[in-house]
Amino acid sequence: MSKLFVWLSLSVCLALCCPARAEFVVQITSGQSEATPIAIVPFSTPEEAADSFDVAGLVGADLARSGRFKPMDPKDMIEQPHTGTAISFDDWRRLNNDYIVVGTLAAQGPDRYNIVFELYNVLTRQRLVAYQISTNRAGLRLASHQVADVIYEKIVGVRGAFATRIAYVSVVGHLPDKRYRLVVADADDENRHIIRDQSDPLMSPAWSPDGQSLAYVSFEDHLPSVFIQTLKTGERRRVSAHAGVNQAPAWSPDGKKLALTLSTRDGNLDVYILDLATQGLTRVTDDPGIDTEPQWSKDGQSLYFTSDRAGGPQIYKVSLTPGSRPRRLTFQGNYNARPRISPDESQLAFVTQEDGAYRIAIMSLNGRGDVQVLTKGRFDVSPSFAPNGAEIIYASRDHGRGVLALVSSDGHVQERLSSPEGEVQEPAWGPF
Amino acid sequence: MKRIVAIGVLVLGAALLAGCPKKPTVKDQPATGSQVPLSTASNESAGGASTTMTPLGNDGTMGGITATNTGPLSGRVVYFDFDKTEIKPEFADLISSFAKNLTAHPTLKLRLEGNTDERGTREYNIGLGERRAQAVRRALMLQGVAESQLTTVSFGAERPAVEGDDETAWAQNRRVELVYQP
Repeated sequence: MSKLFVWLSLSVCLALCCPARAEFVVQITSGQSEATPIAIVPFSTPEEAADSFDVAGLVGADLARSGRFKPMDPKDMIEQPHTGTAISFDDWRRLNNDYIVVGTLAAQGPDRYNIVFELYNVLTRQRLVAYQISTNRAGLRLASHQVADVIYEKIVGVRGAFATRIAYVSVVGHLPDKRYRLVVADADDENRHIIRDQSDPLMSPAWSPDGQSLAYVSFEDHLPSVFIQTLKTGERRRVSAHAGVNQAPAWSPDGKKLALTLSTRDGNLDVYILDLATQGLTRVTDDPGIDTEPQWSKDGQSLYFTSDRAGGPQIYKVSLTPGSRPRRLTFQGNYNARPRISPDESQLAFVTQEDGAYRIAIMSLNGRGDVQVLTKGRFDVSPSFAPNGAEIIYASRDHGRGVLALVSSDGHVQERLSSPEGEVQEPAWGPF
Repeated sequence: MKRIVAIGVLVLGAALLAGCPKKPTVKDQPATGSQVPLSTASNESAGGASTTMTPLGNDGTMGGITATNTGPLSGRVVYFDFDKTEIKPEFADLISSFAKNLTAHPTLKLRLEGNTDERGTREYNIGLGERRAQAVRRALMLQGVAESQLTTVSFGAERPAVEGDDETAWAQNRRVELVYQP
């Protein structure tokens, strides 16, 4: 419960910033045939609230987007029970539902709401889970994502990631009047907030492990610097502004350090570690090639990174123990870059070149290094794992425009989130 | 299609503005006035920028322009082939004229802005853009320009000169802009 309150207070803070108006449309480009059928019955809502919130609709959209569920259209429901005792299980079974969710949204005084919901197995008539969530109006969206999280975890056995957030860069306008915006939104790309808006490029947003801050690259004053911005307060500080390149920030798992890319005077890019408390710098790589795009291992003892020391860009891993030599991980194809590890570090997602196109690929870190190309676009870049590892969000192109897209880690479900305006770039999925 | 029309209008607008006789830079530099619309348009338009560039460096008036002009017209551009950082022979004259001007005026400072096309990952492209800027920097230093006169910055694929996802656009975006600093 305390986590919910943290979330709620954060939501209120974010709501004070300028909210973005654009609505996103989810298009499922290919789905899983074995998606679980589930009935999420529209919740009973307060009579007086004409603008009452559709909890069931949002839960259904979340579950459908995961590709693992096929929610029943409410129009096909012959009755709409709100409590477990009112469910006629035989009827729901005849409608081919494996599961049913019933619930109520009730007003509890000024700006106070109560969500009660129950999940049943239609076949066994067993109640699998029942919860009550108390929240204010601003928290209804988040609370609904949490309902979806509970249902997802109970049935799939993996923690849901619907009540998480994403960050990305949105470029609006055309030359010479482009604007670069840093956007933070819910994982379904609703509830968007612009946390930075400027005429110079913004790049490479990276979430702090506690989800409180973003590190990113800004070219304000026409030079690259790495900034850290605290979401709640909006406070930002420039943490790296060396001569030359200041790029590709990546937080250490303990949130105390940033791995980043700096350059020498003759333009050689190498990976360094910046201690945020002491400002001390440690050089990690030392090679005349381009070394960049660092990403920490789960234990904080190694870095994955991109290097073209052997010709084209490939992915390497280096231990942070002094004197360690980088080990090359990718060997298929001549372009493999921007590594991102799954939360359990069992898989590596990256950008690979295939038939002249750039696509998202995944490789097992435990097995023989077999590579599976997950996407089919021409410009699929910037993969980022959901904190539960089930999905990867990435930047794609639709009719010449930058859009967000999702692919399940097994490649079975592909989706596109298309904004009505702007080029969407470099999505980064935040932590739980 | 709409976007192409919009860009066309912008380019036309920019060309009209640049050609406007009330523009102070044109008044100040009557001898080089004809160059003004060319170099401005070349930052925006998709066609022929590299061919209009080359003669600019050869007229012996670079010092005159740069000494007084600190505006956006001080940029010059070297274009690169896909995935390449070598300077093509057609840009040798441009480099030489910049080198001549910089060695003759040791207080001048030049910034080399490296750019790539949009293909590939964004951060790796920052590295490629830096490599291109460094290639121009080395070429200038080989011709006697002092290290202290030169700085580099890489925008990678973040500041395209033209929009579009075909080779015509990409060729315009793989570039190093040479920008005199005030």
